[in-house]
Amino acid sequence: MNSILSFITGPNLLWAGLAFGFLFGVLLHSGGVADYNVIVKQFLFRDFTVLKVMFTAIVVGGVGIFILHGQGLVNFHIKPAAMLAVVSGAALFGIGMVIYGYCPGTGVAAIAAGKLDALVGFLGMLAGAALYAFSYDWIAANILPVGDLGKKRLPQLATLPEWVWYAGLVVMAGVVFAVVARVEKKSAPSTLSKEP
Amino acid sequence: MKTYRWNPYLVGALIGVLSILTFSLVDKPIGMSTGIAQASGACALPVLGSAGVAANTYWAKKAVPAWDYGSLFVLGTLFGAFVSAVVSGSFKLESVPSVWRERFGPSVIKRMAAAFLGGVVIIFGARLADGCTSGHGISGSLQLAVSSWTFFIVMFATGAVTAFILFRHRPQS
Repeated sequence: MNSILSFITGPNLLWAGLAFGFLFGVLLHSGGVADYNVIVKQFLFRDFTVLKVMFTAIVVGGVGIFILHGQGLVNFHIKPAAMLAVVSGAALFGIGMVIYGYCPGTGVAAIAAGKLDALVGFLGMLAGAALYAFSYDWIAANILPVGDLGKKRLPQLATLPEWVWYAGLVVMAGVVFAVVARVEKKSAPSTLSKEP
Repeated sequence: MKTYRWNPYLVGALIGVLSILTFSLVDKPIGMSTGIAQASGACALPVLGSAGVAANTYWAKKAVPAWDYGSLFVLGTLFGAFVSAVVSGSFKLESVPSVWRERFGPSVIKRMAAAFLGGVVIIFGARLADGCTSGHGISGSLQLAVSSWTFFIVMFATGAVTAFILFRHRPQS
C-alpha cells in the first residue's frame, strides 16, 4: 500500500505531523475561519469565507491528487460510507458546530488565537470523545453496520469516466463562487460590514 | 480590533496544496478529530489507569492515546495558529464572540456552557461519522468519497437549520 512518493517514515513522520499541522494552523488562522462570527455567519449565509476556503481546497487538492493517483504516486484514503452513522454523525456535527461556533480544527486554531470559549468547547470535545469511546462497542455492533456501502467513491456510483466527475467538481465550484460573488455584491452595502 | 485576513481563495488553494503534500509525502490525509479522541484517551489515563484505557476498544484500536503523526498534527495546528495570531497582532483573549453577544447577551457562563455542550455534540458526531470538516469535509470530499459528500451536505443543512433557529432574530439595537 505504500505509494512511491511517501518517503517520510519512522521518527521523521512525527516531525512531519508537527510541521504539516503547523502550516494547517497558519492557514486556518490567516484565512479567518478560526473565528466564531465567520463560521456562524456562514451557516446564516451572511459570510461565505468558509465555503470559499473549503471549495477551493477541494478543487485544488482534488485535481492534484487525481492526477498523482493516475500516475500511481498516491493512495486514496476513503472512509466507509456507513450511511446511518455518517448521516446521524453529520447531523449532530452541524448542530454542534453552530452551538460551539467552531469545528474541531478551527476550534484548536481559535484557542491559539486567545478565544477562551473555544478552549472550554475543547474540554467539551474531550468529554464527548470519551462518551463516544465508552459507547463504541454498542455503536460498532448496532449503528456502523446499518446501510454500510463500504469505501465507495462517487465515480463508482455511475459509469462515467473519472475526469468527468472532476470536471463537474470544478464547474460546480465555479458556479458556487459566481453565485456567492453575486450575493455579496447585492448585500455589500447593508449586511456585509467588514468591521463589527 | 484589527482584522487580518488572507484572501480565502488563496488560503483554500494552499490547503489544497498542503493536502497534495500530505497525501504524497506521508501517505495521509489531513484530519483533526481522531487526534482529539486520542487526547481524550490521554486525559482518561490518570482516571482509568493504562489498563482501563487499554480495555476500551476505541482507545485501544481506533484512537490510541500516543504521540503519533495524527496527534502531533493537532499540536502543530495549535502552534501554527498561535504564531499566525501573534505575528499578525490579532491575538486577543476573548470569551464572548460578538455575534453570540448580540443575540444572547454578554453572560460568560452562558457562552461557556453552550461552547462546552456544543463541543460534546460536535466531536460525538465527528467520531460517529468517522471524520470532521477536515477529514471528511476537505480530505474526503477531494477524493470524491460517498461518505464525505454525504457528511458535507447533511452537516451543512443541519447547521443552517440550527443557525436559523438560534439566530433568526436579527440583533436589536
